[in-house]
Amino acid sequence: MTPLAASEVAVQLTNITKTFGKVCANQNVSLNVKKGEILALLGENGSGKTTLMNMLSGIYFPDSGQISVDGREVVIRSPKDAFDLGIGMIHQHFKLVDVMTATENIVLGLRGGMNINRAARAKEIKEISARYGFVLDPDKKVYNMSVSEKQTVEIIKVLYRGANTLILDEPTAVLTPQETDKLFEILRNMKNDGKAIIIITHKLNEVLQISDRVTILRKGACVGTVQTREASVKSLTEGMVGRSVNLEIAREKLNQTPDRLRISGLTCKNAEGVKALDGVSFTVRGGEILGVAGIAGSGQKELCEAIAGLYPIESGSILYIHGDKTEELVGLKPAQIVQKGVHTAFVPEDRLGMGLVASLDMVDNVMLKSYRNTKGFLVDRKAPKALADTLIERLEIVTPGTSTPVRRLSGGNVQKVLLGREISSDPAVLVAAYPVRGLDINSSYTVYDLLNEQKKKGVAVLFIGEDLDVLLELCDRLVVLCAGRVSGVVDAAVTGKEQVGLLMTHAGGQAEIDAGAKNANGKGVET
Amino acid sequence: MSEVGVVQTIMDFFNAAVLAATPLLLATLGEILTEKSGNLNLGVEGMMYMGAMAGISASWLYEAAMGAAANGLVSVLLAVAGGILAGALGGLIYSVLTVTLRANQNVTGLTLTIFGAGIGNFFGELLGMRAGGYASITDVTKSMFNNIEMPLLSKIPVLGKMLFSHDFVVYMAVIVAVLMTWFLNKTRVGLNLRAVGESPATADAAGINVARYKYLATCVGGGLCGLGGMYISMVRFSGTWVHGCVDGRGWIAVALVIFAAWSPARAMIGALLFGGLSVLRYYMPIKDVATQFYDMVPYIATVVVLVITSIRQGKERAQPKACGINYFREER
Repeated sequence: MTPLAASEVAVQLTNITKTFGKVCANQNVSLNVKKGEILALLGENGSGKTTLMNMLSGIYFPDSGQISVDGREVVIRSPKDAFDLGIGMIHQHFKLVDVMTATENIVLGLRGGMNINRAARAKEIKEISARYGFVLDPDKKVYNMSVSEKQTVEIIKVLYRGANTLILDEPTAVLTPQETDKLFEILRNMKNDGKAIIIITHKLNEVLQISDRVTILRKGACVGTVQTREASVKSLTEGMVGRSVNLEIAREKLNQTPDRLRISGLTCKNAEGVKALDGVSFTVRGGEILGVAGIAGSGQKELCEAIAGLYPIESGSILYIHGDKTEELVGLKPAQIVQKGVHTAFVPEDRLGMGLVASLDMVDNVMLKSYRNTKGFLVDRKAPKALADTLIERLEIVTPGTSTPVRRLSGGNVQKVLLGREISSDPAVLVAAYPVRGLDINSSYTVYDLLNEQKKKGVAVLFIGEDLDVLLELCDRLVVLCAGRVSGVVDAAVTGKEQVGLLMTHAGGQAEIDAGAKNANGKGVET
Repeated sequence: MSEVGVVQTIMDFFNAAVLAATPLLLATLGEILTEKSGNLNLGVEGMMYMGAMAGISASWLYEAAMGAAANGLVSVLLAVAGGILAGALGGLIYSVLTVTLRANQNVTGLTLTIFGAGIGNFFGELLGMRAGGYASITDVTKSMFNNIEMPLLSKIPVLGKMLFSHDFVVYMAVIVAVLMTWFLNKTRVGLNLRAVGESPATADAAGINVARYKYLATCVGGGLCGLGGMYISMVRFSGTWVHGCVDGRGWIAVALVIFAAWSPARAMIGALLFGGLSVLRYYMPIKDVATQFYDMVPYIATVVVLVITSIRQGKERAQPKACGINYFREER
């Protein structure tokens, strides 16, 4: 890297080290970002990206190392110090007050007159919006906002405070492809305005699309900084993982794909009486991975739980077809459904919530599915212990032993325990909801391999995912959910990301989808 | 009953309701302020006992020291200051335990109730023993709590007696309620306080000193509870220490916070309603209905209110989201 003139550099971190107890989150990390530049901070989960940026935004305080802003060495002890230096961070989990309006959230914590004078503030916010191309109603309450709107509030909040350096932590994780494009356009506007932008991400294609330079972290240490135009997906992955990785997800087409689950007209209402699922119909086939795409909260969770017998169903049917037998699953208890061979490796947002019991060890967790099979008053621990040992060996689970509470395991290993347990019960249907959420690249590929393995055995796999790239590569077909309805069932091999993105935001409007699809294909529609 | 008699009864009932409502209103306002900072302080009853005891003690000790030279105004100011400071001390104990030491909020609040009731009754009885039987302040001090007659306004028939002829604490409580509404909705500091109670992590990231807001709101809130307690011992029981004088009013205040949906303005209506229920039996006696039934009414109403409010769902009129949860910045 060539030395840069001090005036160009907005923020410089030098030899930053931070430890939590015995865990070293960052070790001698150095990086800088220039004005009018977008720097991507790339790394796997747990590589210390967020920790590093939290020290820049005043959430944590570094154990050692220097931070300088505009060439001047500074000490950042609190978020307020960071604001005063013009550094603002947009956190992955939005820090907004739900019951307040956009304006109120934006002026929160600022000095000024005793009265807020909301009208004047709203005007200022509209000016910022117009300058960078945001669309925002300043008087809208946050709890009425979509994820993308909330993100807009977060970014304006930082700009309103006069930030010159913006840090965005995984900003695209919750956005549709269209919203991501819009965000990137705004980021480019800000870059042209002379702002320095750091974007934390592990999505390589986005890094290549938006950034000027990339700094890669691995296990808390800085691997290096490269110019984006000289980088490729392959080189970045190798930097991130530390060795070469095969990023191809295999997708074999099987000849035998008999119908396994026939879901028709499935309707569920949530606690507020709103239809969480509205007339959902599709078929899950054996020997096939059926992906479910949709914006978070479009009914994925309810769908999984309805199939598992955990969610009250208003109307509709779930037919389970095995050989020449056909059975109705609606109305059966979860245990009866499991007995029929429908297994749900459900991974809710907190993965230890519904799948595993955090404070129990592996043996006990494995036993949860099988303890009813043994007769007598006492449970048999020998068989589950043997199974746990097999799982550790086969799935390369890193654990001190089978008697360690699963809570102490890392996310990827917890996921392997859960999936391993479900798979070992020889399912006919496997429902995997967000099985790679929060997993690093290696563990993710292990999970994909496991799912593919099940598919080859003829299992019908229902895969609820969030990363469209993965969904399109791994799955045979995709069901797209939008606001509780099926907005399309597409062949993943021949469908583009844009088309799926449009389906994710257009419920019911088949005409619009067709128009959108044609647009995406470049044929264009006159309106 | 004649028509004049009915009007007179209604007026008397209303004024008695105001008398009973004032300590409830002060304590409710105190607890609203506290909960807005995210502290669910269940120690209201205890802080009221501390305020009741400290208020009467300050007056009594001053009178005992000065003898005949005692000044009523000084005595009352001491009572007010004593009540507020004692309540604020309760709030401070709670803040140190929950904000700094991160003790469980529910346990701390319940403990504060037991502690406050114990210490209030202990020193109240001690005061009585020193006074030789029972502790009671003199008319010099008591007269300061007389109703304030306002020029013209108090002369309005019926309404004048109902609205413009009360003691100074009643007006103070109403002014505090109005000020608090303005403070929470219009000012920057009020906005920041609400943010602390809703989402301390957000407030922290916005550069707000979460601990300072929690401490201040809880101590000021405790002070208001203590002032409510002072009103009980000094006005409701006419400046005589009565064992167990707070008698569950702190708990009604906790319920009133929910009834008022964390709005100081609605707290005025709620307090008046519950104050009225608690004196109903003197003004609307029904033959063959035991007085115990009347005593039950406010508590039954509390239960009904709690059931209704827990059914009602809404984001805005709800408890501050982070209420009851301690905040620790570096929690991972």
